Order: sequence, then structure tokens, then C-alpha cells
Amino acid sequence: MVETLPDQGPGEQQGGQHRSQHRGQHRHRHGQSETAQGAAPFQSLNDIANNTSCRIRRLHTKGAIRQRLLDLGLVPGVAVTMIRCAPLADPLEVRIGDSFITLRRAEAAQIEVTDV
Amino acid sequence: MSETMPEETAEKTRLLVALAGQQNAGKSTLFNMLTGVKQHIANYPGVTVDKKSGSYREDKTFVEIVDLPGTYSLTSFSLEERVARKFLLDERPDVVVNVLDASNLRRGLYMTFQLLEMGYPVVVALNMMDVAARHGLDYDLSLLEQRLGVPVVPVVGRKGTGREALRKAIIARAQEQETVPATLNYGKLEEAVAEIQASLSACPEIVEIASARWLAVKLLEGDEGAEELIRKQRPDQTAVVTRAQDLAQAFEAIEDLTASDHIVTCRDHLAGDIETTCVTDHKKGKTPLSERIDRFLLNRWLAPLFLVLTVWVIYELSIVQGYELTKITWPALAWARNFIADLLPQAGFLNDPQVRAMGLWMVDSANTLLNYVPIFLILFALIAILEDSGYMARIAFILDRILHRFGLHGQSTLPFILAGVFAGGCAVPGVMSTKGIPDQRARLATILTVPFMNCLAKVPLYTLLINIYFVETKGLILFYLSTITVIAALLVAKLLSVSVLRGMETAPFVMELPHYHTPTFEGVLRRSVDRTWIYIKKVGTVVVAVAAVVYVLLQYPGLPEEHEAYYQQQAEVAIADFHKSLDGNKYAAVVADYDALVSLVNVYTSYKARKLNAQGKEASLAVDERFKDRYPDFYPFLKRSRDKEGRAAIRALKTLATTRKTLRREMKEERIVTSFLGQIGRGLEPVTQFANFDWKINVALLSSFAARESSVATLGVLFEQDEGENKTLEERMGNQQKEAGYTALMAVSIMLFFALYPPCLATTIMVRVQTHSYLWMSFSIVFPTILGLTVSSLVYSLGAALSFTGLEMMTATYFFLLGLLLLVAFSGRFFRGGALRPGSPGSGTVHSVS
Repeated sequence: MVETLPDQGPGEQQGGQHRSQHRGQHRHRHGQSETAQGAAPFQSLNDIANNTSCRIRRLHTKGAIRQRLLDLGLVPGVAVTMIRCAPLADPLEVRIGDSFITLRRAEAAQIEVTDV
Repeated sequence: MSETMPEETAEKTRLLVALAGQQNAGKSTLFNMLTGVKQHIANYPGVTVDKKSGSYREDKTFVEIVDLPGTYSLTSFSLEERVARKFLLDERPDVVVNVLDASNLRRGLYMTFQLLEMGYPVVVALNMMDVAARHGLDYDLSLLEQRLGVPVVPVVGRKGTGREALRKAIIARAQEQETVPATLNYGKLEEAVAEIQASLSACPEIVEIASARWLAVKLLEGDEGAEELIRKQRPDQTAVVTRAQDLAQAFEAIEDLTASDHIVTCRDHLAGDIETTCVTDHKKGKTPLSERIDRFLLNRWLAPLFLVLTVWVIYELSIVQGYELTKITWPALAWARNFIADLLPQAGFLNDPQVRAMGLWMVDSANTLLNYVPIFLILFALIAILEDSGYMARIAFILDRILHRFGLHGQSTLPFILAGVFAGGCAVPGVMSTKGIPDQRARLATILTVPFMNCLAKVPLYTLLINIYFVETKGLILFYLSTITVIAALLVAKLLSVSVLRGMETAPFVMELPHYHTPTFEGVLRRSVDRTWIYIKKVGTVVVAVAAVVYVLLQYPGLPEEHEAYYQQQAEVAIADFHKSLDGNKYAAVVADYDALVSLVNVYTSYKARKLNAQGKEASLAVDERFKDRYPDFYPFLKRSRDKEGRAAIRALKTLATTRKTLRREMKEERIVTSFLGQIGRGLEPVTQFANFDWKINVALLSSFAARESSVATLGVLFEQDEGENKTLEERMGNQQKEAGYTALMAVSIMLFFALYPPCLATTIMVRVQTHSYLWMSFSIVFPTILGLTVSSLVYSLGAALSFTGLEMMTATYFFLLGLLLLVAFSGRFFRGGALRPGSPGSGTVHSVS
């Protein structure tokens, strides 16, 4: 089900933002409901509520962006905790181990996660 | 790497050592610690992109250390990584010191694995052990050495702990004969890796350059750099590239996981495993102190408050208190000027020797800029504290949303602050600090808009005009000006990023929020001094050079001969009068010849200058004493006494000096009027008339391209006063301009132009350095000029047509721009669908499923 999502090159971030548009509140939800809404067919890091943990399954990005995420520890298999979002709702801050990483919702929306 | 150093048996006497590691791992501090030489430290994020090298001697060995760009890994995606990788492959250092942040071992190990796979003799420098200890991390170093198979040296770069041990480990490592590339087990992909590795091992041309194992893994990851390397070295062996791609695809088909994801996961697993076995976390499960702090500092509602407070504190301490400090430092600069004036050849009666005139012009230009040094020291120290403490990254986090909306980046914050977002800064360090912005488009947009900020040098002109035209509404106008520049910068950034910058590469905002640190006094001081030094260098080089050019443009072609002769004759008359009034005076003998007379007039001028500069009665008396000692003959002409003839002498000299000053001023003015720059200024009048700039303003604006401060200095010359009037420049400009029909509206038009004015020459040079392009440099000059002139012309013409006052027009412009800003901000939101974000409390009503 993952392949339905076109990979995004650098400079094309709108897609990610767009997908997250109608997701409603910060409550954690399952992939099925997303598909029903016509949104992304997977649960992304962008859907995780504050103080909730999840595990990264896959990165739907390519190239430099993907590498940057990997470098900062957003690696498949790793557990991530959502800490907070910035005062203007974007970007997000997540915790991986003892480090705190900030990323925009656009990128978070491309990180597929599963429940812990 | 066994292949690279074949028959080395004797001890090496020269070693090439590369320092590799992440940006935040304290690589630069470690570099300084190792080399011991006071080097230019990584002041701006990512400054290590420049190749920095240093050296030291250990016993008989000469060790050269190269600081590689700070990178997280060695892929071919970013410039820094390509630079680092190329160096490693081409230069083949004898030892690679891998700097790791002890408080975050897991993530640092990714790079260690890659270095080991590449087959380099690695020494791990485990930096920031003190921070790790504070975080409750306890290392089993011998187990870590055993698992990595390389020496691990604990160090604290900031304190210099562990330097000797590290130096010894480097030497020991270099003397080891062979290094076998480490192998990482890639599990289900292992078979594919082994196959590619075997094919590569068969080609000596390839193995000579890089480890086969590493290349094999890179090929399976689909690394373009690795593929290129093979195509270059063995064009006949490209089949192996295709084979690797096939194997990677086959793996993905079976495992539903890309090969590169798998490789990364394997690395992370191993790193995680090593971390768990070698490091005991005594505070596991506890919330780190930084996070507990962030619960307040990054709280939705409190965060903006803290941010505003921080900005206010910086403004208050650096700008307000810094200006107080300049009152103390200015006399020193004035003293230096007088000192140099004494060294230069003596002034003539009417015309000075070129060396003197030009020398003083340069000193004056430099002095106006050096006057700001105290402010910069404080400002840059405070900014260094923000950076070192970790709060700067939080500012980027808070502001990214807004900045991103206008095509900028969270990390654009630092450049804007350095350039003077709250009145007072310098665009040169501002542009320099854009280095750390990973997003190329946002970076260029930042570089091109940073000069709009109100640098310290713009302030004098604002102050001058405000004091003439807006005495009652000073604060309001200053507020307008400082916010208008920010609004303009945001709008222009947006405009540029949807037009000329459209096609540029962008990168996401993904960064670490570092743990809070207490900044060290030394670190802050060094950074502040380093940045101020950059500013001083700017003064010393570019500004002085351009001041020289402007000087020439203002001095030549000079006065026509008959005018020159006229002034000479006037001077002779004055001198004759002087002698006549001294007739029979007992002091007349002192000035018997012309040279003595010129000396006397110069000593008189210098005496007056010193007296003016002397603060307090004591200093004033000291000046008297000095002149009495040095010029006993002239002294009666300087200091009033009861002696009747002495008083007459003083009176006569004063008249002469006044006449001389008037004559010199008239000559200067005439020279400027006919000068090249004056002609250019006149030539531009047809273009600038819509903004109501006359040639004098044009000349001032032109000369301010050298350094903005010059504008006020040039205006000072152009509106020079008659002797004895002693009015401030404000009054003089005000009078002359009111006569010429100028209004506050024109002041608005000048100020707006000045706000949008192209970067000064030093900044444009920095733009060239940062963009590596003359095209962008030219753009950074041409675009703001057109923009500034258009805005000024529109504002003036509209204002004149509607007969608005200056204040009204300024207010109208302000609200127009503010409206435009909000329009862009919200339309962007609307069209791009970003308004209703999950997680924002305001969007709580939008949810549909639970």
C-alpha cells in the first residue's frame, strides 16, 4: 500500500502539507480511517498526539531529505515520542532516545509509523 | 588500509590526520585543542566547509591536521559530505580521528561505521565526556574499544582534557602496519554485499582508491558518487553497478523494504546494540533537564513572550548600553586622529599636501566605523551566548513557521539578528552566518534580504533626518523604519523565492534541538572577538579602499586655475592684514617668514582641537602645558594672558585662522561641486527627481555605497557651516533645505530609499564569497537600487500629489506594506492548505473521525 505515494524530490513539500490538511485533531488514528478520507494511506508521524510514542516503519522520501532524516536518527525501527509543536503549530518536536529533533509537518507526514 | 601504505616500515615522520565528525560534536574545539594554535574557530554554523588545517610536533613526528566539514555521514547528497569524502579518498590521511559526542553515541556511530568500512585507521575521540557524565551516562571504554576494534580516547575539548592521550593514540595508530576494513553484518543483504565486493576486489584500479566492501554497500544503497567513481576508474566495469541495482531491487521485492533502508537499519541496530552494552544510563527514563526547561520556554503561550524578552534584553544591553560605552571610547579615537594628524606632513595655508588630506580622510572614515566596536563586542557576545546555550535553535523552532511562509528558513533567524533586525548590527557577519542554512533557496533569499536590516551604519542618517524633520515623532518614525525593513525583507524574500529563486534546491527544516549548555566565558569571548574582528577587517580593507576611491572622485578634477589664483590672492590679503596688525608687536618676530606663519596657524588649529577633545579642567590644563613645552615661541599666540601685545597677537591670529577656514571651505565646496562624484550626482538628477533627490543627496547616497556611515560624513561636508556659526548638521541641513523647498516628505523618501539601499561594498563582497557568483553579487546591488528608487519615487510623488505630510505618508506606507504582508501570509496559508493544522488548538473543531 505504500507504493501509491509518489516519492517527493526536494523542493516539493506541498504534497505533504496537503495530505495532512483534513486530519483533524491531534488524536492518534489508524491507517484505515485515513484511506477512507482520501488522505495518505498510512499513519504518519504527523498524526501522532503529544506525549505518544510510535515506531518508524518507513521513510517515504528520497535523496537529501531522506538522508537528513536518517542522519538525525529517524531510522526505520526506531521509537519516537511526540513532544510538542511550535507556537504556530509547525514545526514539531520529537524525542528519539535522549535527543530532541525538530521537523516540519510536511516531512513528518512522509514518515510512516506504527504503534509501539 | 593495507593497500594504501605498502612498503612503509620505518616510523613515519610526517602524518596527515583528518578530523571527521558531526557539527555539534565539538570538532572545531578539538581541532584547536590538538593544534594548540589559536585558529579561526567554527564561529558560524558550518564554517568548517572551508578546509581548515593546523599542525603540531609530537616527539619527532610532524602532524598535520585537517578539519573536515562537519557531517553526519559520508553520502554524496550534500556539498559538505562530498567535500569530506573527496578528501578522504584523494588524500588518504594516515589516521582519521572520528570525533563523537559522548552524550549521543548511537547517532555518532553511523559515521564511525562508514569510516571503518572505508578502511581508514580510525581513532575515536569521545568528546564532551563531562556533558555525558552530567546526563548520567557511564561508559565502559574498554568494552567500546573492543567492540569497535579501534582506540577510544575520552576527551573534553572545551577544557583541553585528554589532549596528550589523543596525540599519543594518533601516533600509535599511525605506526600500526595494517588496517583491515571492518565488516558490518548486513543480514539478509549480506549475500549481495559479498557478491559485489568480490567483483570489485578484482579491479585493482578501484581497490586502490576505496575499500571494496564500502563501495559494495554504497552501490547497493544507490549512492551516485560511488557509481560515478566506478565509471571513472573502470568504464568497462559498469556492469557491477547495474548488478548492484538489480540486487537491491530484488531485495526490495522480497522483503518489502528498500535495500538502503535495510542497510541503515542494520547500522542503527548495531549502533544501538553497542550503546546499550557499553553505556549505562543512570538517568534512564527521567526527563532531561533541557526538556523540563523547554516546557516553559517553548510553551505555546510563553514562548513568544520569552522571545520578545530576549530580543529586548539584547537590544537594551548592546545598543543602548553600547552607545554609552562609545562615549568612553570616542575620545581615544579622536586622540588617535590628532596623533596621526601630527605625524602627517604639515598642512599648507590653503592647499594641504595630498598625503595629509587623504590620510586624514581615511582616518576619519575608519574612525566613524571603529566607533561602533564596543556595541559589536557586546552584541556578538550576547548572540554567542544565545548560540552556545542552545536557545538560538529554539528561536529557529519558534519562528520557522513564519519564515518558511516567506521562503526563508528557521535558521535565517541568526543572520537577521546579526544584521540588525532590531536596529543595530552589521550585514557582513549576517551574510556570513547564512552558511549553516541547509536549504539553498532559503539561504539565497536570506543572503539577498539580510542587507535590508538596519545595520548600525544606517542609523546616523535616520537620526539626522529625524532630528530635522520629525523632532516630535522621533519614536514613531524609528519604530516604522525598523519594522518596515523587516516587512520589506519578508516580502522581498517571498517575491524572490517565487520568481528568480524558483528553481533552486530546497531542503527540509530538520534539526536537533541541542541540550542547554552553560556558555563558557572563554568561548563567548572568543566568538565575540572573532566576529568583531571580521568587522574591523572590513573597516581596515574594503572601507578604507573605497574611501580612497570616493576621496579621489570628490577631489578631482579640482579647481580651475583662475579660481585657484583668486583664493591665493585672498589668502595673501589676509596674511598681509595679519602682519599689519602685528606691526610693532614684540611677538611679530616669531612669524617673520611664511613657513613659520603656516606652522603657527596649524599649531593653533591643533591646539583648539586638543582643547575641545580634552575632558575636564585638568586635561585642558595638561594640553596647555604640553603646547607650552613644545612651542614656547608660539605659546603667547595660543593662551590668553595679561600681556597686552599677547592679546593683540591672539586676536590677529584668530582673524587669520577664521579667514583661512572660510577660504578652505569655499574651495572644498567648489571642488565637490565640480568633482566627478558631483557631476555623477547631477547626472542622476533626471532619474532621482521623482524621489526628489537633488545632487547633494545623490552624492551622499553614492558615497554611502562604500560604507553607509559615509552618507552622513559626506552630507556634513556638503552642508558645511560658515565659521563661527557653530550649528549642528541638523540645523544646517534644515535651513538650507527649507530654503530649497525640501520637506519632511522628502526625508521620508530618502529614509525609505536608504532602508532598501543596496548592501555596502563589504557586504556585496561577502555575498560574492557566500554565493560564489558575481551574478548574484550584481543582483544584490541592482535589484535593491531599482526597488528603493521605485518605492521612494512612488511615495514622494503620491505624497506630493495628495499633499500628505511626511508623517502621514510614512504611516500610509507602513500600513500598506503591513497589509501586503498579511495578505501574502494568509493567502499563502489559504491556497496551500496549511491553515488548518492538526494539533493546533484552534483547529479542534475540524476533526471528523475519532
